[in-house]
This record gives sequence, C-alpha cells and structure tokens, in this order.
Amino acid sequence: MDSLFIMLLFVLILAIFLGFELINKVPSTLHTPLMSGANAISGITIVGAILSSGSDSVLLTTILGTGAVFFATINVVGGYLVTNRMLGMFKKK
Amino acid sequence: MNMFFQSELFVNLSYILASILFIFGLKMLSSPETAQRGNLISALGMLLAIIVTLMGNNIISYQWLSIALIAGAIVGASAASFVKMTTMPELVALFNGFGGIASLLVGSAEYLNVTSALNAIALTAVFLTVLIGGVTFSGSLLAFGKLSEIINGKPFLYFGQRIVLIIFIVLSFVLGAEIIVDSGLLGISRFYLLVSIIFIALILGVLLTAPIGGADMPVIIALLNSYSGVAAAAAGFVINNNVLIVAGSLVGASGLILTNIMCKAMNRSLMNVLFGGFGAVSSSQGKESGEIQGEVKPINTSDAYLILEAANSVLFVPGYGMAVSQAQHSVRELGELLEENGCEVNYGIHPVAGRMPGHMNVLLAEANVSYDQLVEPDDVNPIMDTVDVCVVIGANDVVNPDARENEGSPIYGMPVIEVDRAKTVFILKRSMASGFAGIDNPLFLKENSRMLFGDAKESISTLVSEFKS
Repeated sequence: MDSLFIMLLFVLILAIFLGFELINKVPSTLHTPLMSGANAISGITIVGAILSSGSDSVLLTTILGTGAVFFATINVVGGYLVTNRMLGMFKKK
Repeated sequence: MNMFFQSELFVNLSYILASILFIFGLKMLSSPETAQRGNLISALGMLLAIIVTLMGNNIISYQWLSIALIAGAIVGASAASFVKMTTMPELVALFNGFGGIASLLVGSAEYLNVTSALNAIALTAVFLTVLIGGVTFSGSLLAFGKLSEIINGKPFLYFGQRIVLIIFIVLSFVLGAEIIVDSGLLGISRFYLLVSIIFIALILGVLLTAPIGGADMPVIIALLNSYSGVAAAAAGFVINNNVLIVAGSLVGASGLILTNIMCKAMNRSLMNVLFGGFGAVSSSQGKESGEIQGEVKPINTSDAYLILEAANSVLFVPGYGMAVSQAQHSVRELGELLEENGCEVNYGIHPVAGRMPGHMNVLLAEANVSYDQLVEPDDVNPIMDTVDVCVVIGANDVVNPDARENEGSPIYGMPVIEVDRAKTVFILKRSMASGFAGIDNPLFLKENSRMLFGDAKESISTLVSEFKS
C-alpha cells in the first residue's frame, strides 16, 4: 500500500476527531458565524486551484484551474470578511 | 535563500503552520469575546497558505491566476460588505456552492491534466471530489433559490423519489469505478466520462435538496456546509496535500455537528429530514384535527403596555417572522426601555428559529442586544414559571405546547421554549395562519395567551412610543 496515502489518511482521521472536539465547544449563539467562517476555511481548495491554474500544463487544466481560483477566492475573501463583520456585532454591555 | 523559500520543505512547513492557525481560529470561536480575533487568525492561516503556494516553483504563469484572484476578491468582498443580516442564509448557501464548484474544478483539472499520472487512490479521490463538489454546487444553488424565494420554497415531493435517487447514486458509482479501473468497457473517452459524472452529481444535488423546504432549511444548509468541506478534503487526496485534508475535515466535522444539532432540536432523524417532506405531509393532517377548544383573546397595544410596564421579567422569543418584518431594532429598543423600568430582559432563542443555525442571534447582535442576554431553551425553560411576560415575535412551531402535550402531533417530542408556562404570553402575529409545519398551535388558545395582531415591527414600535410618552 502507498505509504503516502496512509499518512494522508492518518491526518484525515485525526483532523476529523479534532474538528468534532473543537466545534462542540462553539456556543449556539455563534453558529451562523461558525458556518460562514468554516465556509471560508473550505476555500482552502484554492491551494489546489492555484497549482492547477499556474503550473505549465495543458490549456484545459489551466482554464479549469483558473475557474477554480475565481470561485475559491470568492469563498475565502467573502467568507472571512462577512464572518468578521458578523462577529464585530456581538458585544456585551 | 530564495531557493529555500521555494523549497518543498518550506512550503510544507508553512502548510503545517496554516493548519495550526485554522485550529486556533476555530478554538477561539468558543467564546464571543475571542471569536473575532479567532477569525482573523484563521484568515492569516489562509493568507499564508495562499502566498507560499503562489511563491512555489511549480507556478510558471501568473497571468490568468492574478485575474481570477482579483476578480474573485472583488466579488467576495462586495458580497460580504453589502449583504443584509436577514439574508445571511442565502449568502452562506451561495458560498457553500462556490466552495463545491471550486473543488469540482480542481479535481477535473487534475484528471484531465495529461502530465500528471494518477494512481488508483488519486483517481478514487478525483471521483469523490467531483461527485461531492457537484452535489454541493447544485444543491446550494437550489437552496439559495428557495431561500431567496426565486423559486418555490416548499418541499417538492414526487412518487418514487427514493428509487430515482438510488438509480442516480448507482449510476454515479458505476462511472466512478470506470474512472478508477479505466477498463474501456463503457466505450467513452476520459473527457466524456468526467462530464457524465459531473452531470449526474449536479442532478443528485438537486434531487437531495428539492424535497426540503421551509423550516427544514437550516438542516440542509448545515449539511451542504459539511459537504463543501468534505469535497475540499477529497481534493487534498487528489493533489496529496495535507492542508486541504486538515482544513476540509474541520469544515466537514463542523457542518456535521450543526446538522446533528438542528435535527435534535426538531426531534427528527437526518433521514426523516432528507426524505420525509415534513411540511408537505403534515399540512394535510393539521386541517383535519379541529379538536382544540378555547378562544383567541386579542389585546391592543395600550393594554399590552400596561402589563409590560408592571412586569419584573420579560422574555422575548423571536422566530423567522421577526426577520421578515425587520423588527429586531424595535425589539432591542423596547428591551432597553423595559430594563430602564427595572425589568429583567432576556431573549430565548431556539436552535431552529430562522433559516440557518444561529440566525436570530446574529440579527439581535446586529441590533445591539448584549450577547449575554441571548439564552438557549435549556437555560430558560427551568425558570419559565418566574417569567412575567413572554413576547413571541413571529415564532410558531418552536413555542408549540403540542410538542409536550399532544402525542398525536407531528412535532410531539420536539424540544420547545415552554412559553405557555409564563404568567402571560403575548403572541405577535399578522393573522391566525399556521406556522411552517402547517399545524395548529394550541398556545394561541391558552388562558394566559394574548394575541397582538398586526405587523410585528409596527406593534413593537407602538409599544416603544407608549413607554416614551
């Protein structure tokens, strides 16, 4: 079996457990910002998109990669900004 | 030195640092005090991951890349700046969809790139990325359409729904197997094989989202949120990248937990939400049961003012109706006046109130309500007997006493805010129409209930001016 795959699988399993531990501690008051913030994090696919778009390969890969960069950037920039805007509203008197 | 910053080692160490920053960012979301800083830390992690990727020596051409980055940033920033807090569910749905299509495109780009030789594991990952990414994309767009009422928000049910779904799932796996083994038995090229899978994934997303509507929307939004993370994690297996896997799993876990919380708050299983078509089925049942006895007792704002003025403790219970009539600012104003009057004011928020998890909290926070006044049903129900007045604003099913008292009710067993146990309940409603679940609410007929008919915002504003005069 591919040892790289096993390593990646290992990371996957640990990250899922970590995710459950972390998210369970988020109060329900913050569930909307949690969703938009998590959404911004899922924009991490931008890393893969940049590699597809910028590397020297066939035209189709470049086109698809560029489209992916566009959508992932909306996700990342929009997601973090709107989360920041929302969290700024949560104040205690 | 330049060589070091472009080296595989440096890039990977930076990805580890980015993952740590994501984890810390999410950890700091556990309290409203640290949450905003947490979000910045998470954003810093993302910035780091993007910059080291851009600097890497496999990036040859920046021409298209920079155009896409700038265009995406402009679209994202304007959407984030101009969105109204009431339409946040629509925006999150749309962003989920963009995450899904981005992962789908990454998977497709790698698959069609002849220079990258993919092994069976990577090909399996390509299939999963494209499938989940496609489902997320079309499902999210449909959810967006339903939420923004571009299309009918009601559950769409048809005969043989599950069979159709199963056929498409089987079909997608057959094509997926062909992607992996490349037997050539299907007689179609790599390109058309991929296009077919994308097509089926898009149909599957529609099939999964169409039967869900109305008050069930928080569940599907949370689920699609989870899918967008899973798609990113799958893309990580395509390009053998750890940071995609870590970040994707965190998001996947987050969406799944929220989905679970939403289902529990409605006392239903995920299967029931996905395939039950709750709203459609129960509306027909609701009309048949005319057993509830009692009469509706309306109240005018002057009398309501007198009761509120004498109250020592008031609990506001908002629902989606508050968002519709944009009453949150008036509600906060009334809350402040009550506090000045020596009254204890809280806001009881049910997890499924609104159209996405935590929707009501954001609206009230925007209206400057202090977050320590936003309380959950579990905290408020035990002390309900001491509450003088409950003010229900555009909420219906989440305060329905049938959930505790009527075993025949479709919502029996659902945890609700037990407002009927307060000394007096004001219900702000436009008319006697039933809630999203389409079932009667005996709360309106209880001895201690008073109906304040009219637009919620107007009624509250009138109460505010009574207090000021």
